[in-house]
Amino acid sequence: MGKRKVDISKHELVPEHIVLSEEEANELLKKLNITKSQLPKILASDPMVKKIKAKPGDIIKIVRRSPTAGVYYYYRVVISEK
Amino acid sequence: MAKKKMLSEKEKIMILEKEIKDRIPLSLYEELKDEVLKVDLTEDELKEVIKEVKKRYEFAIVEPGEAVGIVAAQSIGEPSTQMTMRTFHYAGVAELNVTLGLPRIIEIVDARKEPSTPMMTIYLEPEYAKDREKAKEIAKKLEMLTIGDIVERTEIDMIDSKVIFYLDKREMERREISVEDVVKKIKIKAEKEYDEDKIIVKAKEPSLRELRRVREKVLSTYIRGVKNIKRVVVRREGDEYVIYTEGSNLKDVLKMEGVDYTRTKTNDIHEIEKVFGIEAARNAIINEIIDTLEEQGLTVDIRHIMLVADMMTVDGEVKAIGRHGVSGEKASVLARAAFEITIDNLLKASVKGEVDELNGIIENVIVGKPIKLGTGMVELLMKKEYEQMRGA
Repeated sequence: MGKRKVDISKHELVPEHIVLSEEEANELLKKLNITKSQLPKILASDPMVKKIKAKPGDIIKIVRRSPTAGVYYYYRVVISEK
Repeated sequence: MAKKKMLSEKEKIMILEKEIKDRIPLSLYEELKDEVLKVDLTEDELKEVIKEVKKRYEFAIVEPGEAVGIVAAQSIGEPSTQMTMRTFHYAGVAELNVTLGLPRIIEIVDARKEPSTPMMTIYLEPEYAKDREKAKEIAKKLEMLTIGDIVERTEIDMIDSKVIFYLDKREMERREISVEDVVKKIKIKAEKEYDEDKIIVKAKEPSLRELRRVREKVLSTYIRGVKNIKRVVVRREGDEYVIYTEGSNLKDVLKMEGVDYTRTKTNDIHEIEKVFGIEAARNAIINEIIDTLEEQGLTVDIRHIMLVADMMTVDGEVKAIGRHGVSGEKASVLARAAFEITIDNLLKASVKGEVDELNGIIENVIVGKPIKLGTGMVELLMKKEYEQMRGA
């Protein structure tokens, strides 16, 4: 049986994940007037987090395609396993 | 007679980008752009249009303090009462059993570890998708086949302490397997004999228990296929062949040659979470709920379902709605006690010495204070200086 490499980010269910730089992250938190812990979370063991090599504490910008808004951004902070 | 000049396309886009682009959703912006480009407008008129669009958009936004969760619950709950209670349907997909209707919705929001009828939809790469024979070939490779599937009956011989497996020749021909192939797969360390229509396996110990164990072990040995994929159906959909399977094994199927791994999916949300991550799981929850509702001829605004899916995935893993998930993790003791298993919650909270800050809705209903919802969200504070000034 073929054991080929599968690029999960190409799947239609998976939106684009982008790691924010330090400055971008701070800017975002300032704009939303929140702390990191108030953001939705994503586990460090998440396949997409591993793929983009994000570390706990990083903020990931997710480019969601939505039938109502077209495109919008969602942010998740990477947390290590509970 | 100031600016009466009609704007060119370029000028219109420039104004739009500057005035409104990042303030409204992209889909709305695109629609506005298309409409604006169709008509002749002066700069003042365009600005008027933009102003109106902004106003209408802001008017349509959910107000702070709006009880969106309650509205979503009602909007999904009401049509759900219209759904069939019957669990099994043969949903268009030939011969395959799929859980639909209310049981399926419950299964999704409860985040069950495994759906009651796991199912995969496997899309193929172009060269395989157009060719019926090639599609069938892949389907054959997928289907899990155990020795039990090609054995007609078994016999336990106590005297010589051996198990005899009578093979189903017809089934073997249909699946194109030879006796040798089958014998090679039997990994038990024991004497094996075989001829055209039967296989004999000798047990080491002459006990009935041992013989039964050997029989079970041989019957469950699998010959080929992907684990957990029980039945396979090839169907033509539009201009391509698609494979539907009973049973699901996303990880292994994606690795197979000829499978289009960008579209292939499963109805097992936990499996999607494991293979593709939490964001894909969120999308899968939305799609599965929408598909189930649509199949029943119901339409629910997708925003309600997106809220449910977002709530289920905020913490980075798929959580159930209900006492084992979202509701069970509420910070307030009273809110948890008000939901389900009241006594347990109160007891555990008192043992731990929990404190209820009375920040939520239910807690305040219980103690009879105004709830922080809608207009009740607002609190008034007085500046200290003002107070002192008045007191003076």
